[in-house]
Amino acid sequence: MENTANSGNTALIHDPSTYLIEKEPYYVPVGNEITLFEAAYDNHLPLLLKGPTGCGKTRFMEYMAWRLQRPMVTVSCHDDLTTSDLVGRYLVKQGETVWVDGPLTRAVRTGGICYLDEIVEARKDTMVVIHPLADDRRIMPIDKLGQLLEAPDSFCLAISYNPGYQSVLKELKQSTRQRFVAIEFDYPKPSLERQIIIHETGLDEAITDKLLKLADMTRNLKGNGLEEGASTRLLVHAGKLIAKGVEPRAACQGAIALALTDDSDMIAAINELIGALF
Amino acid sequence: MKASVQPYSQEILLERLEELYEVEFTWLKVDPLVAVLVNLDRNTQDFILGWAMRLLTTNVYISHEFIIRVVEALDRLERRVIEAWAVHAADTFDQQGLRPALLVIQQVDAFLEHAHAHAEGITFAEVESILSTFVCGLSGRRLKLAQGDTVYTDSETLYLPNITAKLVKSKDNFLLCKAQVAFMWAQTRFGSFRVDFTTAFTDYPDKEQALAAFHALDTLRLEAYMERELPGLWRDMQRIEQLRLDEVREEEGVCNMPLQGIWATCRGVLHTPSATVDDVLALVPQVLGLPIPQPVYQTRLNPEAVMTCMLARMEREKILLRVKLSELAKEMRGEEETPPDLPLSREEEEKKEVAPPEFELREVPEGQGMELVLDDKPIAPPEEVKQLITSIMLDWGDVPPEMLVAAGPGEYDPSLYQKEEKDIEDVWKGIYHEDGAFLYREWDFARQHYRKNWCVLRELEISPGDPVFVDKVLDKYQGMIKHLRRTFEAMRDENRLLKRQSQGDDVDIDALVEALADSRDGREMSDKLFQHMHRADRSMAVMFMVDMSGSTKGWINDAEREALVMLCEVLEKLGDRYAIYGFSGIGRKRCEIYRIKSFDDPYNAQTKARIAGITPKDYTRLGVAIRHLTEKLNGVDAKTRLLITLSDGKPEDYFDIYNTQYGIEDTRQALFEARRTGIHPFCITIDQRGKDYLPHMYGHANWVEIDDVKKLPLKVADIYRRLTTR
Repeated sequence: MENTANSGNTALIHDPSTYLIEKEPYYVPVGNEITLFEAAYDNHLPLLLKGPTGCGKTRFMEYMAWRLQRPMVTVSCHDDLTTSDLVGRYLVKQGETVWVDGPLTRAVRTGGICYLDEIVEARKDTMVVIHPLADDRRIMPIDKLGQLLEAPDSFCLAISYNPGYQSVLKELKQSTRQRFVAIEFDYPKPSLERQIIIHETGLDEAITDKLLKLADMTRNLKGNGLEEGASTRLLVHAGKLIAKGVEPRAACQGAIALALTDDSDMIAAINELIGALF
Repeated sequence: MKASVQPYSQEILLERLEELYEVEFTWLKVDPLVAVLVNLDRNTQDFILGWAMRLLTTNVYISHEFIIRVVEALDRLERRVIEAWAVHAADTFDQQGLRPALLVIQQVDAFLEHAHAHAEGITFAEVESILSTFVCGLSGRRLKLAQGDTVYTDSETLYLPNITAKLVKSKDNFLLCKAQVAFMWAQTRFGSFRVDFTTAFTDYPDKEQALAAFHALDTLRLEAYMERELPGLWRDMQRIEQLRLDEVREEEGVCNMPLQGIWATCRGVLHTPSATVDDVLALVPQVLGLPIPQPVYQTRLNPEAVMTCMLARMEREKILLRVKLSELAKEMRGEEETPPDLPLSREEEEKKEVAPPEFELREVPEGQGMELVLDDKPIAPPEEVKQLITSIMLDWGDVPPEMLVAAGPGEYDPSLYQKEEKDIEDVWKGIYHEDGAFLYREWDFARQHYRKNWCVLRELEISPGDPVFVDKVLDKYQGMIKHLRRTFEAMRDENRLLKRQSQGDDVDIDALVEALADSRDGREMSDKLFQHMHRADRSMAVMFMVDMSGSTKGWINDAEREALVMLCEVLEKLGDRYAIYGFSGIGRKRCEIYRIKSFDDPYNAQTKARIAGITPKDYTRLGVAIRHLTEKLNGVDAKTRLLITLSDGKPEDYFDIYNTQYGIEDTRQALFEARRTGIHPFCITIDQRGKDYLPHMYGHANWVEIDDVKKLPLKVADIYRRLTTR
């Protein structure tokens, strides 16, 4: 089953710039991505992870952070994200202005991994701030402080994006993308996906195979009314519900059909597919 | 309690029907209709008369026949199903004329034969969308759903009848449709058609009987596949079959027998996963002459349709795959085509003669299907090639190696595998009238239903006009344009620094100093100490729909063109995305849309020439134009989408029903549809009588009338400004 580090009722407080993942996250390599990542890391090259949602990009980053034993700072990008949100800003505390580092600055200072998730969601002008960090200079100027940070060897910059969105607004600028080593992710092959689901949910093979078949069916619908097919993550969600004793049809409807779309006809059609399988 | 309403008396019915059918002119007999209606309760009488009136707007004979036949249907069917039946008749009239439509009405007996008493039937329209998506989710060839007379497939399209009412409850009837669709999918997916129907049954004295036996045996084989592949559906299929058997038993008193004897043996053989259609063929002689089991979900086998469709497809796809592979090979090997006018060097000449690239299909070790290999390297084929390979494997059982050899240059005539592109102008005139045109439905308010595929629309190019026109306009309105540009520039939402915010990127020093001073004085300190950069986000797309009807000739046309020039001038300043299309046409079969500026066209000399080239054409069939342009507008990514119509009058068409309330209602419906997709429609008219019909079509606040045509150019930009600012 998935590792849940905190089994108590209160949240554990960690400082993201020093927190190290202790337990190995469950990750099955699909290809040569681990070697590629390590080689890029050793050569101070930034990384770009491409792939559809829920195919394991973030899990891969967690795994690499554990493997390299570096703290990882994750920023989920959105269109209101400003440069100050990444670099840092002055705040007012008791009548004094105090500088507070942003997550990117913190990662640079402590030599951690900064992972900018879904980078295309952020505005293009915000992202220019990572450019000097992403080429061989590996520096980060902070004008407001009058500082120039030179990143330590252990610092690593990684960004992720989903090229599936068919919108011109959600494309990566050439000047940004051409600084990165890209690793492509896709849904794992069926045998691997089966192994992942069984590991994460503890279900038996028969029902796992049905989940995989359903995933295939929804992936057939991509471009025919669905933007994306069911990701491995959704399958794991459905699987976990089933393992807890939820009736398979209901579990798949909640974790897959309703999670994929809001279109009522499409939901009805996916429910019919679910009904045909289970 | 509500007092029960008295039914109409014989006299009243007679009077109403005589009036309705104008018996002095049509000579239709209404006495039998009165006899039918007089014994019914008032509610039913109203229902029938209501539908008879709706059908009357389509055709008087259909309406007349409807009343005669409806009583038989009344006892046995839900009203919803009767409605569907009536609409089907009206649709048939629209598409095929009176005789077939009358047949639909008259053959209610044939229809009822399959229909269960008091059935909650389910119509094709109700299942189409869901089951189309359902079948798309299943693997294999992409299959389409269409309405047909019976349930069968030609191996590309799955036909379902207009109404399915074999079972009592609508839920079960839906399941039946789903089971039939899945069953037909299984036929294409698991090789039921890999049989040469022309020769396979010639040795049997009774070919029909042999075919029926084949189909029944194949059904057993496919049932096993269903059980393995779609166990949930298989359970449902067994349940609805049981429902039907129970009914048969009740009605006929026969005991429901499970499959016995030879049939049971056959099923044992065909239920093994390795059973193929050849095994089915081999078993046919054993069951000849025996009563044939027919489960409720069994579809009709139509060997002729399958053979015709399949042979054409096999021929086409054989070529298409080789052509696509040659494109793929070029891409993979990075070959560049030598321009034909350059003489080839000797080396190149030799290279050209080298055998065409050969691909290979290899089985992936983990049993996950096949992969395409070129030069010993696996490659990821594009989606269309994948589909093609799947389709070929379904037809041939395998991909023959000769099909994996890329086609040489010019080996095939493109007409063999492509649909021929015809010149639009020719098509418009000739018999291929509807080829490649857009078909749109139209709302018939009398029928309270859409007329399907009623309007034929084409996008045409406008011939460019006098390029000097735009300059003249710019000259004429020089001062005005300057003023408008300034106004529009001010509207441009630019990045600006907002001071004294409670959150922001930076500390607002002025605010902080003030706040500190306040706090020293003992006053409360403000929390608005930050400055925030507000970013421009004017995400607007606007579609201008320009009336090009004959009535705009003269002043109006000039004013329209001038208005468009001024609009373009100021919109370029504003930076909103905009498109301009003209519309006209004559009759429902000839609706025309003229592209003046698409969203992607720049405002350049060509666009200006097209604006100058706007000329009055024919009529104003508004609904179809709105539907077409709504689709275009919805393809644009913007937060706010506006559809602005420039018009000079009511919707109208050449001697057509469109000139009546029908046209207004259809336009209103088209605007409803647009609004439902998030578009804001607005109308600018110069028709003085606009207030009579525009509020009904656009709503009270969404139109404006300009009393003087000459003011149009000045007003339009101004109206746009008011519409798009808060």
